[in-house]
Amino acid sequence: MGDHNVNYLEAKKGLKSWLVTVDHKRIGLMYLFSVLFFFLAGGVFALLFRAELLTAKGDMVSADTYNTFFTLHGVIMVFLVIIPSVPAALGNFVLPLQLGAKDVAFPKLNLLSLYIFWIGATMALGTIIVGTLDPTLIGRVDTGWTFYTPYSSNGGTAVIWMTLAAFILGFSSILTGMNFIVTIHRLRAPGLTWFRLPLFIWAIYATSIIQVMATPVLGITLLLLIMENVVGIGIFNPNLGGDPVLFQHFFWFYSHPAVYIMILPGMAVQSELIAVFSQKKLFGYKYVAFSSLAIAIISFIVWGHHMFVSGQSELLSMIFSFLTFLVAIPSGVKIFNWVATMYKGSISLKTPMLWALNFMFLFTIGGLTGLHLGTLSTDVHLHDTYFVVAHFHYVMMGGTLMTFVGGIFYWWPKMTGYTYNENLGRASAIIVFIGFNVTFLIQFVMGAQGMPRRYYQYIEQYEKFHVVSTIGAFILLVGFLIAAFALVQSLIQKNKAPDNPWKARSLEWTHTATPPVEHNFIGQPVVEYGPYDYDAPMVVETLESLEAKGQPYQFSEA
Amino acid sequence: MGTGIATTGKFPLSHHFTNVEQQVESNKFGMWLFLATEVLIFGGLFCAYIVYRYLHPEIFVDAHHFLDKKMGLINTIVLLTSSLTVALAIRAAQTNEQKWIKIHLVTTIICAGIFMCIKYMEYSHKFHVGLLPGEYFRAASEQFREPHNVQIFFGIYFLMTGLHGIHVVIGMVLLSVMLVKASKGKFGPHYYGPLELSGLYWHLVDLIWIFLFPLLYLIH
Repeated sequence: MGDHNVNYLEAKKGLKSWLVTVDHKRIGLMYLFSVLFFFLAGGVFALLFRAELLTAKGDMVSADTYNTFFTLHGVIMVFLVIIPSVPAALGNFVLPLQLGAKDVAFPKLNLLSLYIFWIGATMALGTIIVGTLDPTLIGRVDTGWTFYTPYSSNGGTAVIWMTLAAFILGFSSILTGMNFIVTIHRLRAPGLTWFRLPLFIWAIYATSIIQVMATPVLGITLLLLIMENVVGIGIFNPNLGGDPVLFQHFFWFYSHPAVYIMILPGMAVQSELIAVFSQKKLFGYKYVAFSSLAIAIISFIVWGHHMFVSGQSELLSMIFSFLTFLVAIPSGVKIFNWVATMYKGSISLKTPMLWALNFMFLFTIGGLTGLHLGTLSTDVHLHDTYFVVAHFHYVMMGGTLMTFVGGIFYWWPKMTGYTYNENLGRASAIIVFIGFNVTFLIQFVMGAQGMPRRYYQYIEQYEKFHVVSTIGAFILLVGFLIAAFALVQSLIQKNKAPDNPWKARSLEWTHTATPPVEHNFIGQPVVEYGPYDYDAPMVVETLESLEAKGQPYQFSEA
Repeated sequence: MGTGIATTGKFPLSHHFTNVEQQVESNKFGMWLFLATEVLIFGGLFCAYIVYRYLHPEIFVDAHHFLDKKMGLINTIVLLTSSLTVALAIRAAQTNEQKWIKIHLVTTIICAGIFMCIKYMEYSHKFHVGLLPGEYFRAASEQFREPHNVQIFFGIYFLMTGLHGIHVVIGMVLLSVMLVKASKGKFGPHYYGPLELSGLYWHLVDLIWIFLFPLLYLIH
């Protein structure tokens, strides 16, 4: 077996040792680099259609190609980037460490989920490549990421392949969710009670519940769609007695909770960053913890707000509208608690904190504009305009992706053992913040003025807005490239990072080496204070160290 | 039922668990979560069933006469029996009756096989007379009050029973693996976790059929 007390990156060598590893840290890293690769791909598609939208006329690519671009941007960013970003990439690395566990509960299933992810991703990318090279062969995927019928039920075979890819990716998500739930329940270190868990864990727990509960419904929906295409089963086809709106119900029953699969992990990272870089006990711990669960529960009963103009009954729309407003409460609780945490804290504006502040501003804008869309009367006007596009980019990208990148910068020293150039990191956060607002703030304006989303050509009235938005997209590119450069540079310069550079109090910083050893901890960590008790003296104890002192740990019946 | 905690014999403890109880409990918890996802997968189809039965009640009444109640009943009895035998196999492991673990597992797998044979006969009859889903439907239409929509029922019928059938086959594979392990003498009072988890899965497959049978075959 060898020595488990060596650095996990050097414990075993060679490509094969990575491909067959069951170490959650290595699996997390492989997820991370896969996700970053797909982030680049999805970003390239976004830049391509932003370039097309620079002028009112359709002149750079054909209309069909444009449809493919925005579909692929959506599918890649949702299924291959945002959903796995924090849970599968950062969560896999951090969660067992924060729990004081040697690994997740089912390490082999964890590896399986990575392979399923790769298979699904390969199918998605394969469909893109084949469809682009020769559209006559399998057709293109031009349905938008939502696969609405009838666009999707009488498309080419490419749609079938893409749907199958999303179906397969769902299983990867389910496995990760199951694994995390069991790990959180069963593998906590002695003394790590539920209310001593870092809030990262609480939010990931809520996310996992949604992943396990909602993804199967997406699975069966996509399966029905595949059957619709392959054997013409007619469930969504009005010619055969079916109902196309039923697809929307099924789809959003998954996909509305899924947007909380996307945002809750962002909130998970946010709680860690705000507390650590304010060096202050997180304000309202229990409220933040339970607000995650509240969001998870409410997320299941709001899906109808996507169908206000799909012929849903007025009564249903009113109920869904009301329930949608409820989401604002737990989200508001979180924002206020983070702000209150920063109040009179000793704030240090390190790179991860700047990304966290990006989240705070952008998510607040995204969340508040969500209320415009949840209101029936305004939604009729704003539905399917750029207002919607701007809203969900503020939430998904301004929310989740900002904390994802912030989380990468925060845990990077732990993952790799090296520190990065702080000035480059800060610069990237600021440039991304500027680029983001230039790109998307203007879209609220043009959406409110009536510019519909997904249009290839548009009237000249909107051209000035689109020019600004496209310029913003390229500023974003510069910002992300600087961030990538800072991280790559750190791997080349190899400046050793200390074990706990941020003076954090959660187990992954206090009880592990940088980078951690293969089995995470030397000795079994014991937790005797909460994760944000910055006022208490730092105590680093393990079962073994207590034993050596002659004060063995008293296990209580929990 | 006990928790399967080792008292004697060798228990294969994985590296990342601190004790046997933690491993046994984690595995069981994981399985229950998995079963929840299975219920939700079928839940989508049950929703489709409810929506279309609500929209077209007469179709469901007319079309269900074309399902063979007798075959459905036999299959229900066969599956219920298999659920009993798989539970007895687990019991035999707990009491260390090695021979009976194998006998009960073999009986379970045979029952599953009978179920699939009967399902095959039902399916081939429907294929023969053209009671098929969606655009392939070509049975004589005068037998139905609303003939242009009747394929919806058969779409749902084939999807639900088809997905269930796939689960039966997966169950047969799973139980066969357990049989191989049992014949190597791996199971006993000290260790029967995988056997118990396969049993849980099998009970779920059985349970789903218990709902499918009345919903599809016994409509009034």
